[in-house]
Amino acid sequence: MILKLLGIRVLTGLLTLAIVSLLVFGATEILPGDVAEAVLGRGATPEALAAMRERLSLDQPAYIRYFEWLGRMMNGDFGTSTATGRPVITLIEDRLLNTAVLALATALVAVPLAFGLGLLSAMRANSVTDQTITVGALVAVAVPEFFTAVVLIYVFSVTFEWLPAISMIRSGEPILQSLDRLVLPIAVLTMVVMAHTVRMTRSTVVNVLSSGFVEMALLKGMPRHRIVLLHALPNVLSPLFTVIALTLAYLVSGVVVVETVFSYPGLGRLMVDAVAGRDVPVIQACGMIFCAAYVVLNMTADALSVLSNPRLRVPK
Amino acid sequence: MTEHGVVETGARGFLRRLSVRGRIGFSVLFVWIVVALVGPIVAPFGEGDMVSVESFAYPPEAGFLGTDYLGRDLLSRLLYGARMTMGVAFAAACIACVVGVFLGFLAAIAKGWVDHVLSRLIDALLSFPSIILALIVIGGLGTSLPVVLGTVALIEATRVFRIARALALDIGTLDFVDAARARGENPLWIITREILPNAAAPLLADFGLRYTYAILIVSGLSFLGLGVQPPNADWGVMVKENIQGLFLGAPAAVIAAACIATVTISVNLVVDAFIDRDRKTRVPEMLP
Repeated sequence: MILKLLGIRVLTGLLTLAIVSLLVFGATEILPGDVAEAVLGRGATPEALAAMRERLSLDQPAYIRYFEWLGRMMNGDFGTSTATGRPVITLIEDRLLNTAVLALATALVAVPLAFGLGLLSAMRANSVTDQTITVGALVAVAVPEFFTAVVLIYVFSVTFEWLPAISMIRSGEPILQSLDRLVLPIAVLTMVVMAHTVRMTRSTVVNVLSSGFVEMALLKGMPRHRIVLLHALPNVLSPLFTVIALTLAYLVSGVVVVETVFSYPGLGRLMVDAVAGRDVPVIQACGMIFCAAYVVLNMTADALSVLSNPRLRVPK
Repeated sequence: MTEHGVVETGARGFLRRLSVRGRIGFSVLFVWIVVALVGPIVAPFGEGDMVSVESFAYPPEAGFLGTDYLGRDLLSRLLYGARMTMGVAFAAACIACVVGVFLGFLAAIAKGWVDHVLSRLIDALLSFPSIILALIVIGGLGTSLPVVLGTVALIEATRVFRIARALALDIGTLDFVDAARARGENPLWIITREILPNAAAPLLADFGLRYTYAILIVSGLSFLGLGVQPPNADWGVMVKENIQGLFLGAPAAVIAAACIATVTISVNLVVDAFIDRDRKTRVPEMLP
């Protein structure tokens, strides 16, 4: 029963990815002539354009090109960057690792912090602490990532000169040797994703605390800390994995802006540069990686919530 | 509604019914709307005028807020930027709302294959992180104001669609809609006279959220250099342009970013107060 439900979710995820790939391909190849023109420039002769189109098989119908593209991508061949002439895969390798390090480090900081704040907020519902945390989360959701970033740079790099404002890391340089350069990007990303996580945790805990079995424990005279530890926490911990997966999913969009602010050599910045330079193969590869990560993480969150909550196993 | 059960009408009553946070948000938002409308008229200089040969000149001598990285008057650019940032986002949110509500209601009323096709398509679009979807579309079409506007509207419309469809399905099962159907009213009449008025409040609250997200995406894209293009003044562009000035001690980038933050926070406060006021049950008190 569970296996069947999980199987359905995995299949849905794969189907979603197939549609996503179609949309990525469609959006970036909607103007087929542009790729050849973008590479050769405006002054290109018609013969050179035709040769380039043939080489990139732009003379083929779109659906054939789509399946060829999909097939190559499945084998790890993302094509050749039109801007640099290098295989896309070599551009992506280092960047992907850097982004993964940044995202995981952020998750390690953000998840415990957010979970703690959410718990605190829910246990003191409607107190000053709760109000402060709720307003803080609301503000953090509302402001752009680069606002947090420029304020932190202004305070910590310019005014106090404690931390570097630029997180440049040369390729080949071990990332863990330059942890001080990661502090500000991690801090900004933490602020961005934490707000969502705090809100989710708070509402989950408030729900559990207002349920019948907590009231029962209260009525039979159980001490408060035992109620929280023995009755509330076990019911709150199970959605924690879901919260972690969703936090990582929110990170996907956060890294694009944050990497650009701090000149951090990650996948997000690679994609922004590729969009500015109309480097279609790189845009497609980065877009697919980001979307795949997002879909897989959301699917995982969904599957974990089914596993941790038996009530969701019954189809509606 | 006051303690005596007298409903006050007009602007004063509206403000009094809001919470403190809501009132703060509403006041700040009101100021910004006025600024966006009259800003370019009252601005001391044009958005591209070089007023000083010095970049990041200090305030008292060079204008109220000093100059930016090219020696342009910062205050004037902020005033022009208000109209650009808030205007583009507002237009995108309006288009998103109209398209999203129309398609959402259509899917809920038509049911069957129309609903299936629309819902699956929107689900696929929702499985893109919004900034990534924007990057992909701009990567394909190149950047220009119509492309940015259309992309943001598309992204937000998918969110509106979900809510509009759910609302229409919910309201559609209520007795008075059944009664209207039994009277033989046509679907258009049911949508405009029965469903829309009852969905208006949540849709309005959602519009506020769409507006803040639209501001965040538009200014985010501009910040990445892919949205509004310089020399046009946009708050996101201004953060990008002046970020190097931070290291010279010039807070121009922080001021521009703070403008965006105050608008989005105030809209959120208004929406929150609006939802709070309509909510029947408050968050339950926890342990005694």
